[in-house]
Amino acid sequence: MTGSTVIFYLLAALTLVSGILSVSTRQIFRAAIYLLFSLIGIAGIYFWLNYQFIAAVQVVVYVGGIVVLIIFSIFLTQQAGEKLAKQKLGRKIFSALAAFCGFALTMLQVSQNTFYESSEDAVPVNVAGIGRRMLNTNAEGYALPFEVVSMLLLAAMIGCIVIALRSKPETK
Amino acid sequence: MTPGLFHILFISAALFFIGVYGFLTRRNLITMLMSIELILNSVNLNFIGFNKYLWPNKMDGLFFAIFIIAIAAAEAAVAIAIIINLYRSHNSIDVGNAEELKY
Repeated sequence: MTGSTVIFYLLAALTLVSGILSVSTRQIFRAAIYLLFSLIGIAGIYFWLNYQFIAAVQVVVYVGGIVVLIIFSIFLTQQAGEKLAKQKLGRKIFSALAAFCGFALTMLQVSQNTFYESSEDAVPVNVAGIGRRMLNTNAEGYALPFEVVSMLLLAAMIGCIVIALRSKPETK
Repeated sequence: MTPGLFHILFISAALFFIGVYGFLTRRNLITMLMSIELILNSVNLNFIGFNKYLWPNKMDGLFFAIFIIAIAAAEAAVAIAIIINLYRSHNSIDVGNAEELKY
């Protein structure tokens, strides 16, 4: 076991354990914090795979953005110290059974499949390369999806403002 | 055992089904949204793992992951706006209480 392997297993354990705690704890604020640790674990795996840019994006967007948004909405909608309602045992058992069967089926397929690795040389994944590909209009560029996503973000922003506007009392 | 593609796929599948379990058992809209975030992250991990181990000469998986992150951010923002609006009108964010499509 080298140091790199140990780090990988630690990151995997952090991700999975905090993921399980996030869906099983009954205190919603703790669920949000466990989700935060799970996302940090995934960012660590990206760092471990040497994909620094995507790891940085993961930290900025998920850990810095979405989790903070979720925590704010918890503050706005939950009473302090109130636990989530207990679920029926039958529903829990059947959900766990369904999730476990799906997981077992997926892993069975993965372990029986043979993956063929590309034999060509690896390209370095750096920010300059990503930026050039992102704004390129030739066959391997991603200019069109980039523009479409920017339109989507604009539409989502306007949609959020319209949805969250306080409606007037007489229109209710 | 040196970590490879199989390990990444294992983490990804486990995280996906943890998210599915959370989505099926939770009845609070915010916690359901958290489960969806877990599912989206497992998908990203899958794309990055395949890109790293099977096609290191290309960057397509990376770009898919970047676009999924952007769309997930938009989705979370819209979902939280809807949840807060629902809380204003119903005083509860339990899915059992959100039965009407139009208020």
